[in-house]
Order: sequence, then C-alpha cells, then structure tokens
Amino acid sequence: MDKSVTVRHLHVSYYGKEVIRDITFSIERGKLVGIIGPNGAGKSTLIKAILGLIPTDRGAVTFFGKPIKEVRKKIAYVPQRSQIDWDFPITVQDTVLLGTYPRLGLFRRPSKADKKWAVKCLHEVGMEHFKNKQIGELSGGQQQRVFLARALAQRAEIFLLDEPFVGIDVASEKTIINILKQLRDEGKTVLVVHHDLAKVEDYFDDLILLNKELIQTGPVRDVFQQEYMTKAFQSDFPFMNKVEVGV
Amino acid sequence: MVDFINDVIAYEFLQKALLTSVIVGIISGVIGSFIILRGMALMGDAISHAILPGVAISYMIGMNYFYGAVVMGLLAALGIGFVSQKSRVKSDSAIGIVFSAFFALGIILLMKAQTAVDLEAILFGNVLSVRTSDMWLTIIIGAIVLLFIFLFYKEFLITTFDPTISKAYGLPTQWIHYFLMVLLTLVTVASLQTVGVILVVAMLITPASTAYLLTNRLSTMIFLSAGFGALSAVVGLYLSFRYNLTSGAVIVLVATVFFIIAFLFSPQQGIVWQRLRTWKHKAS
Repeated sequence: MDKSVTVRHLHVSYYGKEVIRDITFSIERGKLVGIIGPNGAGKSTLIKAILGLIPTDRGAVTFFGKPIKEVRKKIAYVPQRSQIDWDFPITVQDTVLLGTYPRLGLFRRPSKADKKWAVKCLHEVGMEHFKNKQIGELSGGQQQRVFLARALAQRAEIFLLDEPFVGIDVASEKTIINILKQLRDEGKTVLVVHHDLAKVEDYFDDLILLNKELIQTGPVRDVFQQEYMTKAFQSDFPFMNKVEVGV
Repeated sequence: MVDFINDVIAYEFLQKALLTSVIVGIISGVIGSFIILRGMALMGDAISHAILPGVAISYMIGMNYFYGAVVMGLLAALGIGFVSQKSRVKSDSAIGIVFSAFFALGIILLMKAQTAVDLEAILFGNVLSVRTSDMWLTIIIGAIVLLFIFLFYKEFLITTFDPTISKAYGLPTQWIHYFLMVLLTLVTVASLQTVGVILVVAMLITPASTAYLLTNRLSTMIFLSAGFGALSAVVGLYLSFRYNLTSGAVIVLVATVFFIIAFLFSPQQGIVWQRLRTWKHKAS
C-alpha cells in the first residue's frame, strides 16, 4: 500500500496521433517526483491522463490501489497558469476557498471554519495580505502561490503540478519548492512537470524521464545520467558528463 | 412620475407589465452574469432567435408557445455544441450557422401558419399586452431559475472560472453547461413578451456588463446586475408609457445608459479616472 500512484501500460492519442506510448511506473508515498522530457514529450498529457481529464486508449491508473473515482478528493491539481480568465470577478481568498469544494459536495456552502482555513493556506504561501485583491492584480509568481494555496486547501494526499515554475520570480519559486518538500516530509506524494534541468538534482527525489515513451524512472542520481538524457532529448548534455558523444 | 404611479394603481395591465418586466430584468441579469463571464454573449442572442420555429409550431398545433420555444432553444444549443466540437468550425461560426438556420425556418413557418401570431410582437415584444397567463409563466420561470442558481451557485462559479480544475474535481462540466443552456432558454422565453427576440441579448449582457465594471466579486456582480436589470425595466416602462414608445427598445436604452455611466465613471475601471491617473503620472 505504500505505492501512491501506479500507472500501467498507458497509451494516449489525440486525433489518431500517438502522444504517449505504453508508459508504466509507480511512485512511493512521501516522494517528490519530477516529470521531465523535451518539449512535446507528453509530460502535461501524462499528468492529465493520470487525472482522467483526457480519454486514454489503453492502460490503467490507480491511487493507493483504487481508481480515480474513489479517491478524487484526495488528489490536488495545479494546472498551467495560462488557462485562466484573469479578469474574473474573484478575490484571492475566494480562489483558495474553491479548494474546499470537493469536500463540501453539493448544496453545502463554505463555513466560517473553511474561510479561516483558506486564510491559513494563504499564510503558508506568504500571500495572506493579498486576500482581498482580485487575482488579476497579482504577479505571475504570486498567482502561482495562490493556486498552490488552493491545492493545500483541499487537504489532499497526492499533489500534481504542471510547470509550476514557469514565468515566476525567484522568491516565489523558493517558497513553492519549500512547501512541496514540506508536503513530501509529511508523507504526501508530489508530482511536478518540470523543464528547467539545472534544478533537477536540488528539487526532486525521483524522476520520470520520458519522450513519448518512458526512457527511465527511479532515483534522480540513477536517471539524471548522460546516457538516458541523451536518449530522451536526442542531443548532448556535456555539462553532465566528461565523456562527449558526437551527434 | 406621480401620474405613472396612479396609473399603475388604476390599471391592471400596467401592474402586470411592471411585474413581468421587473422579473425579466432580474433573471436575465442573474443568468447574464454567468453568460458574459463564460464568453457566451453570442449564445444568448442565438437561443433567442432559435426559438422562433418553436413558437410557430406551437401555434400551429394549438399549444402554449412556451413548450415549443424551450424545445427549439435546447435543440439549437445542442446543435451549436455538436458542430463546434465535432469539426474545426470555430464556435462563433457554429453559433451563426445554427441560429440563422433556425430563425429562417421560423420565419417561413410563421408565414405558412397564417396564425394570429404577430411576427412583430415576437420580434420586438409588447409588455403592455402581457396576459395573466404570461405573467404567471414569467413568475414561475423566475422562481425556477433563481432557485437553481442558488442551489448550484458553487458549481456554476467554479465551472465558469476554472473549467480545468472543475473537471479535476470530478464535476460534470458538460452537463452543467447544458443545464445553464436550459436556464438561458427559459429566461429567453420569459423575455419574449417584454423585449422581444431581437433585444433579449441586450437584457442578458448589458446589465451584467455594467455590474462587471463595478465589482470584483461574483456574488456582488449578480446582485448588481439583477438590480440594473430591474431598474432598467421600471424606468424603461415608465418612459415608454409616458411618451408612447416601444417598451422593449426603451428598456434596452435605459440599460445602455447605466452601462455608459459605469464605463465612464466606474471607480476602478472607468475610462475617465484611468485617463486622469495616466495624466497625473505624466505630469509628475
């Protein structure tokens, strides 16, 4: 039961074009895992398929051995930041409060306790002073912290984040990675789609390296190797290794 | 103004007109808030036009026009969704194709039907001729719409703001979309008598857009929008009665005046203040 996410022989295609092919891996509880690979490798697709947001052709995904339908409330998702209407009439605090909806279910409104909890989650990401701002008034990094606070508000066991560090300031990135590490230390499972290879070794415990199909998975030091990286990115990584391979 | 109040007290037809148009103002303001935030302003226009064949067929077979109108409104919403999802045709084109086809069909059917249906009354509305049964229909529709918005407020809020996360939370976003289309169709049918097919879209989007310029909270926006809708209806009805003008058009123009005032002078979004702030920055 210590496997929190298990993916078996997952295939996904868009309009008949194969996007990810036969991906199999599993993740242990209490791990901070990076999903890396070149552009168009299917990283976001993989995360969406895991969440059941897009149809899959074949394969199975389970969480603690159960299908997503039974555990949805325990899975928090932070999508790419671009997919939001930033002029929407909603405040920072109300945005975080959305994270309590899965637990509330139909017809129940957020209580005073829920609202306090939302403010506490904002405090965690250092954004409680912005709680009455409209979300469009924030910088990119501040927005990302608010969406992480919404994920925290869900009291989830598994966190999936899609490119959380794109286009944000250094301070926000530090805040976010520290919280993710803290979640990991509390025994939660955290999956992050990530593209900045320079930080990989500092940030993650395990890696899932893919380029349409799984190249390698395991602890960072085993996966972040010249051999596998070259295979995934189909180019050289001289900074990683002294041995140069001609293209 | 005092004359108007006296007339309202004296004439039953005026009471009915006032009540009906205020309810229409409120519910179209409420639904309109969601419609504009979802970027579906055109959809409101489309559904209001698409119900025309439903009205015609209802008269042909001697039914209340309400049923035919609702069926056609929903068929149009489904058709638009189908065309835009199953082909590369963009959604605004899909809306245009489907609603003009429905509207054209409606015109022909109404001509063929040779009924007492006055095309002009459907197109432009005539709130002063509202019958008691129409008034009750509007009241019932109003109650249903407000009840459902109240019950599913959370779901409408989150699916409008963030469809991706709604799906991740396991909400049936497609069904919620079509449910909103049902409510939109009901509101459109209720608005027929007051402002007519052509101007329904104005009642849906103008008060909501006015409210949108004034607040950063959806709940406040909905109340403001309903308020502007109702106020436009009352003032518009008064002016139309006083100066003997077409009620629907006057109501829409009053709503537009509120919008212009907000557009110019909204504390945060008003272009007058924005200009002044820019000018101050440049001067200093």
